[in-house]
Amino acid sequence: MTGTSVLAANDVHLSYGDTVALRGASLELTSGERVALMGPSGSGKSSLLHCLAGIIRPDSGEVTLEGTRVDTLSERVRSRLRLERMGVVFQFGDLVPELTLVENVMLPLQLLGRKKREARLTAMDLLAALDIDDVAGKRTGAVSGGQAQRAAVARALVHRPAIVLADEPTGSLDTVTAEVVLDAMVSLSTQLGAALLVITHDNLVAAHLDRHVEMRDGVVTRAAQVLR
Amino acid sequence: MPTSHTLLALLEREPAHGYTLKRQYDERFAQTRPLAFGQVYASLARFEKQGWARVTDVVAGEGPERKRYRITPEGTNVVENWVFEPQSAGVFSTSTLFARVAVALMSGRSAQTVLANQRATHLVRMRELTGLRKGAGADGLLAISYELAHLDADLRWIAESGERLDKVPRDIAEEER
Ligand SMILES: Nc1ncnc2c1ncn2[C@@H]1O[C@H](COP(=O)(O)OP(=O)(O)O)[C@@H](O)[C@H]1O
Ligand SMILES: [Mg+2]
Repeated sequence: MTGTSVLAANDVHLSYGDTVALRGASLELTSGERVALMGPSGSGKSSLLHCLAGIIRPDSGEVTLEGTRVDTLSERVRSRLRLERMGVVFQFGDLVPELTLVENVMLPLQLLGRKKREARLTAMDLLAALDIDDVAGKRTGAVSGGQAQRAAVARALVHRPAIVLADEPTGSLDTVTAEVVLDAMVSLSTQLGAALLVITHDNLVAAHLDRHVEMRDGVVTRAAQVLR
Repeated sequence: MPTSHTLLALLEREPAHGYTLKRQYDERFAQTRPLAFGQVYASLARFEKQGWARVTDVVAGEGPERKRYRITPEGTNVVENWVFEPQSAGVFSTSTLFARVAVALMSGRSAQTVLANQRATHLVRMRELTGLRKGAGADGLLAISYELAHLDADLRWIAESGERLDKVPRDIAEEER
């Protein structure tokens, strides 16, 4: 752990119409760090993740990626940075249903301009590491929830991002399957040197991560940052 | 006293010296701190006095460590009764968390701080236990998942109480209007 800032939100505010979702949220992740973002439903966890990922532009405050301010950049540039430096996993994997698992995992590499053959080899390696290479040729609808979610983890890591952001990645899985997916996500991101931010309200999930941060009413609580 | 009953149960398997019992206890039951030798020998002396165990042989030398003990039929009965007797469902006596939150509320101290501190401590322990799962045997996994489940239950109660406490001032304010 070098302590270099990978991704940070500083005093971020965000409203959806009349609903205030973030009221001065701040959070910093350093390289290789593995953090759980917890807190009651509606406290702004997903909103903060969307701001960090550059999916939403905050109303005010700053977001920096590897020391560079990114919230002021255009949508196009933010998408490109997300593609290059981040991996994102949602509760329901968000895989493309028309593609097979391996094609889904190849996607980020192909969007980054890698050759198809090379992309397939890299994707297959990762699927093997996650123990789902036997279903690599199947479409998302033909595999189990746990297998699909592991493919989503592979897709988030295949291009060796600096950070993986996951929003309730095991929320739709049973406890045993959730453990498998989580173990895979934590060990693989560590192996590949990616920092990890996982939103969860499950303590057993949070127990896989090194630092625990809590949100309440649109802010990251100070107590949670101090008392870890 | 769960420790002494557990020691007696270990003795039930075969006659043993105090140091053997201590080692077996530490392997199977001591998740955090090993048992003190003093406690083992004190328990054995008590077992003998109560007729739950007797000395089978003594090697030459000084001190309690030269005695080997064997459980008596009465001791086996004690183990049997202890194993099947359900524990009191009231857990408040084993955890100070509830009492400390209640005292905080009663005395005008911050109950949220009590909860936040305990939460942080619990999560650190859960992190530790999750790490220990790898490479743990069947006995170990049983102990680890037992402790994880209990800490998780505490944390759920902490989260629920935290949200309830958040609402208290609002409710009062609404009543006053
Ligand atoms: N797209 C949206 N439109 C309107 N309100 C939203 C939207 N997304 C979230 N919110 C509101 O913003 C607040 C924070 O939500 P969210 O960030 O999803 O919290 P969490 O992930 O912690 O449950 C909530 O009050 C929620 O209802
Ligand atoms: Mg959410």
